[in-house]
Amino acid sequence: MIEIKNVGKSFQGKEVLMGISATFEKGKTNMIIGASGTGKSVLLKTIVGLFSPDKGSVLYDGRDFHASTIREQKIIRGEIGMLFQGSALFDSLTVAENVRFPLNIHSDMSESEKDDKVNFYLKRVGLENAAHKMPSEISGGMQKRVGIARAIVMNSQYLFCDEPNSGLDPQTAWMIDQLIHEITQEYNLTTVIVSHDMNSVMEIGEYIMFMYKGLKIWEGTKDEILDAEPKELKDFLFSNKLVRTFKGI
Amino acid sequence: MRRLGEYILFLKKMFSNREPLTTYVRLFFQECINIGINSLFLVGFVSLFVGAVIALQMAYNIVSPLLPKYIIGLATREMMILEMAPTLSAIVFAGKVGSQIAGGIGTMRITEQIDALEVMGINSASYLVLPKIIAGMAMLPLLAILSAALGIWGGYLATIFGNLSPTEDYIYGIQNTFVSFEVPFAIIKAFVFGFIVTSISAFKGYNVKGGALEVGKASTDAVTASCIAILAADFILADTLLS
Repeated sequence: MIEIKNVGKSFQGKEVLMGISATFEKGKTNMIIGASGTGKSVLLKTIVGLFSPDKGSVLYDGRDFHASTIREQKIIRGEIGMLFQGSALFDSLTVAENVRFPLNIHSDMSESEKDDKVNFYLKRVGLENAAHKMPSEISGGMQKRVGIARAIVMNSQYLFCDEPNSGLDPQTAWMIDQLIHEITQEYNLTTVIVSHDMNSVMEIGEYIMFMYKGLKIWEGTKDEILDAEPKELKDFLFSNKLVRTFKGI
Repeated sequence: MRRLGEYILFLKKMFSNREPLTTYVRLFFQECINIGINSLFLVGFVSLFVGAVIALQMAYNIVSPLLPKYIIGLATREMMILEMAPTLSAIVFAGKVGSQIAGGIGTMRITEQIDALEVMGINSASYLVLPKIIAGMAMLPLLAILSAALGIWGGYLATIFGNLSPTEDYIYGIQNTFVSFEVPFAIIKAFVFGFIVTSISAFKGYNVKGGALEVGKASTDAVTASCIAILAADFILADTLLS
């Protein structure tokens, strides 16, 4: 479980996050949604420790990340996996080497154990035949799947995804969403996804938090979201044709 | 001054919370190949021709019959060892390797690869930059030694093919009044220049914000800043070590 308490962050005097609090539960696909520029990605990067909050705290199963020592943070980071918007695969490494990378850094496994683990996770994301390809030789959807394999190869407890299906066709986006959802349940992960894609929200969102101009405006489930009251959320939701169809408008 | 402060903090960051030393060994050898061995041809080619041109121009400028011909060899040796080999190699190195380092790290920054390293708990500055700096400091002195040797050989070839002087005179010239301290002096210069080029280029790349345009600008800035810093350090080192 991840708890964020009263998290605030400013850049050059501009408040981007204004006292955000939320709880992301284990085994659930938690989603942070909102329009572009509302602070979703900043919040995600603050949770994973790429930014330090100006105020508030981020607790990983009770461990305050930003108040921890560097050594303690490193232990927590070993339990974190992240899928970036552009996949962020290392260009100079093959698919298999990308997945193997966290193991080389963090684990004491033998080379054959690492090979087995890499093969297992590549097979899990359906890429066992692309192991020796370079990231530039595979499609965007395949790159995302490699990113997912790399994120969970360390037996991660926490999975973060920043816009996991941006730039993908609807079918591939659906496949990535399903893969994230399956993996979350299969490995009992605490998964946090930042997205503005309502298709994903309606497909896999179990806990949903809506942000608007650095504030948390609403939280709930996908069953509740269509009847939510805040005007900002309604404006966001009903700009999407799929949601209007769901709602029967 | 602010950029200088950021540069110093960047260097400090490399040594805090770094990975185990064994992690760097493999990376160091990779970087030695990337930035050292792959620069051999360019540095060698430039040095050979610079040495040849120095010999030709010395011969052209010796108009007085009172000046001995061995001065061609002596001047080629002095210019190559004292200045051309370390400084010219460093400037060629800045153009080739500096831009490559800034562009590579800058691209990693804008494509979130550096963020990915940080999320994995890796000190990205240390992991990406430290092996490059150490490899630069190890390889540029070797390149400078090669450059000096090839430059002097280039002068020798010019002497033969340009019929500038008897080859015995050239060989006598390159041995005459040789001060052995000039070799360690050149190596010290190359060592410092290796640090300057790699650290400045990495700093420029690491702090890129924006997109492809900014990565290109960082590469250009890296070469410009490295060249200026090389020339400034060249003056300081000459003034300090030769006075």
